[in-house]
Amino acid sequence: MSDPMEEFKGVFFEECAELLINLEEGLMQLRDGDSDPETLNSVFRAVHSIKGGAGAFGFNHLVSFAHIQETLLDDIRAGALTMEVDDFTVLLQACDILGELVGAAQRGEDLTADYGSDIAAAMKKIIGDADAPQSSDDDEKPAVIPDEQITRHYKIDFKPHLHLFQRANEPLLLIRELGSLGLLSVSLDSSDMPQIEGMNPEHAYFSWVFHLVTDQNEEDISEVFEFVEGDCDLAITDLGPYLSPDDFVADEAAGLFAPEKLPEKTISASPGKTMVSQSIRVELDKVDRLVNMVGELVITQAMLREQGGQLLSAQYPNLAQGIESLSRHIRDLQNDVMAIRAQPVKSVFCRMPRLVRELTTSLGKKARLVMSGEETEVDKTVTERIGDPLMHMIRNSVDHGLEGPEGRLKAGKDAEGTIRLSAFHRGGRIIIEIEDDGAGINREVVLKKAIEKGLVTPDAALSDEEIDNLIFLPGFSTAENVSNVSGRGVGMDVVRKNIQGLGGRITIVSRTGQGSKFTMSLPLTLAVMDGMVVKIGHEKYVLPLINIIQTLRPAPADVSSLPDGRRVIMFRGNYISLVPLYEVFDIKDARHDPCESLVVVVEGEGGQLMGFIVDDLVNQQQVVIKSLESNYELVAGVSGATILGNGRVSLIVDIAAIQEMALEPQGIFTEPTTPPTHISQEIH
Amino acid sequence: MSRRALTIDDSKTMRDMIAFTLKNAGFDITEAENGQLGLDQINDAPFDVIITDINMPVMDGITFTREARKRPGARTVPILILTTESGADIKNQGREAGATGWIVKPFNPEKLLQVVEKVCG
Repeated sequence: MSDPMEEFKGVFFEECAELLINLEEGLMQLRDGDSDPETLNSVFRAVHSIKGGAGAFGFNHLVSFAHIQETLLDDIRAGALTMEVDDFTVLLQACDILGELVGAAQRGEDLTADYGSDIAAAMKKIIGDADAPQSSDDDEKPAVIPDEQITRHYKIDFKPHLHLFQRANEPLLLIRELGSLGLLSVSLDSSDMPQIEGMNPEHAYFSWVFHLVTDQNEEDISEVFEFVEGDCDLAITDLGPYLSPDDFVADEAAGLFAPEKLPEKTISASPGKTMVSQSIRVELDKVDRLVNMVGELVITQAMLREQGGQLLSAQYPNLAQGIESLSRHIRDLQNDVMAIRAQPVKSVFCRMPRLVRELTTSLGKKARLVMSGEETEVDKTVTERIGDPLMHMIRNSVDHGLEGPEGRLKAGKDAEGTIRLSAFHRGGRIIIEIEDDGAGINREVVLKKAIEKGLVTPDAALSDEEIDNLIFLPGFSTAENVSNVSGRGVGMDVVRKNIQGLGGRITIVSRTGQGSKFTMSLPLTLAVMDGMVVKIGHEKYVLPLINIIQTLRPAPADVSSLPDGRRVIMFRGNYISLVPLYEVFDIKDARHDPCESLVVVVEGEGGQLMGFIVDDLVNQQQVVIKSLESNYELVAGVSGATILGNGRVSLIVDIAAIQEMALEPQGIFTEPTTPPTHISQEIH
Repeated sequence: MSRRALTIDDSKTMRDMIAFTLKNAGFDITEAENGQLGLDQINDAPFDVIITDINMPVMDGITFTREARKRPGARTVPILILTTESGADIKNQGREAGATGWIVKPFNPEKLLQVVEKVCG
């Protein structure tokens, strides 16, 4: 068995993470005028629990800091303090420091002893205890050094009150404990015992006189009676030293948890144990195995359906029906299993308020963050990986999007800017939006920069939206001089790459003087996908259904060839490039003429439309995504693989990668866009 | 028959530590996340000891103790409250409510066992 202490620590840190979120949320609600006593209570409990656990593990720095915070919150709770908004800022900062201390404890690091001492001092000032020392020593008590450790003789008179049993205390146990301290002689006084008819069985009638010879001091003896103090008459008389040659070694003061002193037993789940809880903690590994197994089940099910086919439903209608309901159940099962991996985006969102606070402070701006839809659930992998892109975008919004307080007032806006972060479900995907009410994108600067960097030809006529989306191009940085906030070597292109890596898309809409809005669309799960199986020659490929706009067979008149050999077709009034997938994947026996085969119109990054030439459509189905990278190696133009109903492996086409391969290096916006103004209508 | 303990705490860390320690001492453990859920566990088969935290949502440990003492199934069961060192009046409140004794947080397993043995033998 692994070290139980490490396991407890693991649980403790998990719990801390939740408590810190509750704490921060609660504090913000209180700051914003929430007067529900339960909010304050839960805030107090969060700090209290962190302190309690930290104490058990000996995280002293954490304990002493939490203690101050707890004291302050307790004073507020008791109504001894009225809090100003500024005071909550201190509490929120304290919450950050608490988080750092927890983090340091988790990593096994030691922060400097004065870490957080300024905030601790600020809290003490609110408590009205400004003179108290700022170090963490104030919690420590001087060690009690027993003066004389020699054997003494004590006489103890113990007379329980009648109601001693009411609190379930038991004199017998006390006498036994007393006996463990040394040599004990007991004399019983039962004179108060009434006749049986007058006796109340729940009353204590006996009293005792003890003589104890022990090396323990008077304090140790009275500690035996600690719990019955007030429920009895107790007199301890020191009758002086007891002559004995033996010397005694002082008992080791109770130290911290010493696991090696525990018997090394293996815990087995006891059948008597009932866990009253609405949730259980399961290792991610187990869930992933389940997800995988259900994935296999989906494949097998698809295979069954395919093998059965038409023949089956004609000959064995009942069997076919059974397979049909099996499919349905498997789909439900799959949804439920995927839901286990789902997590509220709150776990990511909750990091943002602090970020905004820090940014506004360092940039001298004023902003408030309004969040909504934190409960929206999405796959754990997604929540784990959108954190950084999200932080980068928020940073961008505060740094570049929002104007300074003066600029805002001049523009007739509130000095305090607003950033809205929201999440919601739409069409089987999760949408995350970041909206600011700042100045919007300065298109002149963006365009100039893009032309300078050679990303756009100087004569290109671009719509506003196209200009806005230029910021996602690699190597683009809008900041005239890179500040230490946004310019961290990560551009919006990296953000876009991260989002794409999750099968997501990102777009921006900006209005001059009114602000910008980033919209991310992400899949709910990374394990399955709705796909369109297409045939190219003898091979089958899967296209993500989400990207498909339409499938058509163009008339010869719709297809035009460009001087460089590329072909375009007219689609909804615009020209779009045809992408010969057979060339990309080097398939010899595919049809080349789009008028004989099919054109699948797909939407790539930035709303860019392309026409993929395929031989035929096979069917639409849910496919289980298997990583090619972990089983083979990364292949350009392919995002993963799946197993089709016939048991064969089929590759999933990476639309964004194909877009780059097929359309670069000419660049997205240097395409044959005659007339160019039409394209903007299609981009959305 | 092994002895039975009920541990009531909203912190899983605490519940786990108490459960681990008492299991090693031969107790069967029942856990509850707050006082109300703790009360739900009290029935005709009495526990040998009940350990409850004070600060909990829904129902705190003091209220739990007071309510538990009204029930035949817990009237004579030792109830220990978990308190912090500064909680002198918590101890008194606990006593008023009928708690047998208290355990001062933070505690180590030995201390916990020592107190448990002290009240339930």
